[in-house]
Amino acid sequence: MNPSWPSINLRVNGEHHSLNLPPMKRLLDVLREDLHLTGTKEGCGEGECGSCSVRMDGELVNSCMVPVLQAQDACVETVEGLACDAELHPLQKAFLEFGGAQCGICTPGMLMAASHLLAHNPTPNIAEIRDGLAGNLCRCTGFIRIFDSVIATIASNAKSQQERNAR
Amino acid sequence: MSTSAKTRIVGSSVPRKEGVDKLMGRARYVDDIERDGMWHGATVRSSIPRGIIRSIEFDPRIDWGEFAVVTAADVPGENHIQLIFADQPCLADGQVNHCEEAIALLAHPNKQKLREAVAAVRIDYEPLPAVFTIEESERQDVIVWGEDNIFKSFLLEKGNVDQAWTGAAHVIEGEYRTGAQEHLYIENNGMIAEYNSAHGVTVWGSLQCPYYVHKSLMAVFGLPEEKVRVIQTETGGAFGGKEDFPSVLGSHAALLAMKAGRPVKMIYDRMEDLAATPKRHPSRIRHRTAVDANGMLLAMDIEVATDGGAYSTLSSTVLSRATLHSPGPYVCPNVRVRSRAWATNTVPYGAFRGFGAPQAIFAIERHMDEIAAGIGMDPIELRRRNFLQDGTTTATEQVMREHVIMDKLLDRALTESNYYARKTQFAQENPASAIKRGIGIAAFFHGSGFTGSGERNLNSLAGVDVTSEGKVRVLVSSTEFGQGTNTILTQIASEAIGLDIGDVVMALPDTGIVPNSGPTVASRTSMVVGKLIQRAGTQLVSMLHDKAGLEESFTRAEFFAACERYRAKLGDVVSLCRYEPPPNIFWDDQKYRGEAYPAYAWSIHVAQVAVDTITYSTEVEDFWAVQEVGRVLNPVLAGGQIEGGVAQGIGYALYEKVVWQNGRMANNQMTNYIMPTAEDVPPIHVLFEEIPFMHGGFGAKGIGELPHDGPAPAILNAIKDATGVSFCSIPLMPEDILAKLVVASSIEVAATV
Ligand code: FES
Ligand code: FES
Repeated sequence: MNPSWPSINLRVNGEHHSLNLPPMKRLLDVLREDLHLTGTKEGCGEGECGSCSVRMDGELVNSCMVPVLQAQDACVETVEGLACDAELHPLQKAFLEFGGAQCGICTPGMLMAASHLLAHNPTPNIAEIRDGLAGNLCRCTGFIRIFDSVIATIASNAKSQQERNAR
Repeated sequence: MSTSAKTRIVGSSVPRKEGVDKLMGRARYVDDIERDGMWHGATVRSSIPRGIIRSIEFDPRIDWGEFAVVTAADVPGENHIQLIFADQPCLADGQVNHCEEAIALLAHPNKQKLREAVAAVRIDYEPLPAVFTIEESERQDVIVWGEDNIFKSFLLEKGNVDQAWTGAAHVIEGEYRTGAQEHLYIENNGMIAEYNSAHGVTVWGSLQCPYYVHKSLMAVFGLPEEKVRVIQTETGGAFGGKEDFPSVLGSHAALLAMKAGRPVKMIYDRMEDLAATPKRHPSRIRHRTAVDANGMLLAMDIEVATDGGAYSTLSSTVLSRATLHSPGPYVCPNVRVRSRAWATNTVPYGAFRGFGAPQAIFAIERHMDEIAAGIGMDPIELRRRNFLQDGTTTATEQVMREHVIMDKLLDRALTESNYYARKTQFAQENPASAIKRGIGIAAFFHGSGFTGSGERNLNSLAGVDVTSEGKVRVLVSSTEFGQGTNTILTQIASEAIGLDIGDVVMALPDTGIVPNSGPTVASRTSMVVGKLIQRAGTQLVSMLHDKAGLEESFTRAEFFAACERYRAKLGDVVSLCRYEPPPNIFWDDQKYRGEAYPAYAWSIHVAQVAVDTITYSTEVEDFWAVQEVGRVLNPVLAGGQIEGGVAQGIGYALYEKVVWQNGRMANNQMTNYIMPTAEDVPPIHVLFEEIPFMHGGFGAKGIGELPHDGPAPAILNAIKDATGVSFCSIPLMPEDILAKLVVASSIEVAATV
């Protein structure tokens, strides 16, 4: 407990945390070091690669660029929160089937960017998908199978929507 | 089992073995791992390109007693990294030969204090003259390595080149240059090390070749093999960039761990990784080609020069691959290739996907278009007339015994891309448009596996065993870093044995557990190691038939019951196989002649570009990659390899420029070293032809490096088609296009006036 540090309250993947932290500590490091959520990765530390992408109060942010003070009272979603119990998120299923992940280091950020995109626009076209993922670099896949995975997710979401409607 | 026999698992798109862990964020990369009492390590580096170290001074305002400090004097064994030659010091001793060379190492529990301490170490130098380019090194007035600045040279000769010029209808010359390229794996280099005098050294890290690191650690610490243990952690991209360098970083982390008496983690940040680790060798390749009136190649005189940087690392083998690929996939009766790798005072260049071939293929495939223009022939037709065919010989007199189908690949690429129709359309539309479109091709091969006698010398060992928990484990030091090793090898093992993919797991890539199946490089894993696993699987089944009463056909339960009977009678259930070279493969290192590679993968790339004559930017609008890589073991993974390689090749051609200042990378950030993003890659159409290769794992040849070879020449050929101007150097940036197009158009204006 360092009295000169503020107490930071934040909710991560639905779980509440109250932490005594240096205010300028990067959200990325708080997630990885203090909360042991190492799914979020650091690729550049300067807001260029997107491998540290998380959602914060519904916005997609590079957690390497966010001092934790800015996350006071925020709701943060990371890759660890995507799957529901053991059931993979539809995006995760599609990435697995269509080869959207190779080395996997960009994958957590890419999944967060893709889920953010679909939350705002459930049926993006290819140009919108490219635009939505433009802040996330992948050096392995050439992006093609990541696009395929997102497109497949849109189709499977539409199908489950139809099934729900039919019921 | 024959390679084309029907298979259950091989050939299907089994999902990536470690995929769920990666998608859930559970996969453990080195920076995700903590050890009790662990400190962090950092590196004090040279700020000058070349000079004598007069002294290393530690600022007295820092309490150095809190730190572990390591210099060359602390190295217990040999102060050299063990690659091909041991010329690169683990830590600079008395002299530095490139900027960012490691001089001292520090460790401390607090990262912030560590950064301050690095800045508080002052190195006093006596600068020495340095060389930065191939040309400066060639002049040899400043000698920075050995006696002549030459790491390695090769002479490849077939027929008699000198007699061919006089009778030739045409002689075409060209000079082609390629720049450095950064791997830009998204996970930077990182290692954790532990040391204790009883057990020796253990390192965990992001790496491709556990036994390379193992060998260097043995030498640096003067320890026997059983006292060094190297464990690969999940690796976030490598592309060759984690072939040679982890031997350096692993040694550094281990030296600090020894000095600190506790585990030490060293993770580079992006700026350090970009500035201090190897890149692709820059090259200058000159072609002089004699052609007859029908466009048949009569003679090729080729001169290859690469920039190797300050230490030899892998420059000799990169140069060898560049030399062997420089004549391209063509028949020519007279060939001479003279090649040299030169020393300069930059960070040593190292392995990068393609390993010299992208440089060589860029030159020959650009040059083929120049020849076609020079003799007034369609570049497609010129290539077609000269392709290697069954029974013809390469420049090293290797006879094409495996079926060569370049004609078929070419036809398919032309049809799929609608090449001629597009070409005609662009020629009609371009004059009235500021956007000039064009289409270009590249035809190429890539040798699978180690060059020449390399695989014989490696003498790889790999296999499978059966655990008491009822799993078959694949035992290899071949690592997964995104390319699909885990999936492919478990597919092969389960197919060969007759089990389900779920019954087979990968052993931890730990030198304490797995045998040395060779390095994970050179597109050798599916072909060479895959074959070893296939043989080991078949051998395991016959072992169980002979010794444990397993029937001819069996269920899963019967298989594992037989394993337990075997174990009770004879001990561990293990089946290992050693590499056996295919028959009739012989390579003469002295004469540099013979079977350069056991097999080749073949490919045609077609690129469509749009050059904006207002902004001078180039967009690749569409791309086709047609290839023959032997049997495709997993279509989704194979397609991903091709697409990823093409994207890197597009970056190599148009985006990725290392800016040098005094031998140091000046743009060592992702902000200013630019790779293609999701908005830049074109649709990539990937098409396979399959001719199973008898000596590869279920018929596979190499695939990983091939796709990096073709994009750059195909794109620059397309730019020539679009603009009428030849560009012979990459990366080709808008300012380069501007410079030449403006000159070209002023000539045009002058001509019309
Ligand atoms: S690590 Fe945050 S954007 Fe790269
Ligand atoms: S999968 Fe490796 S960087 Fe995207």
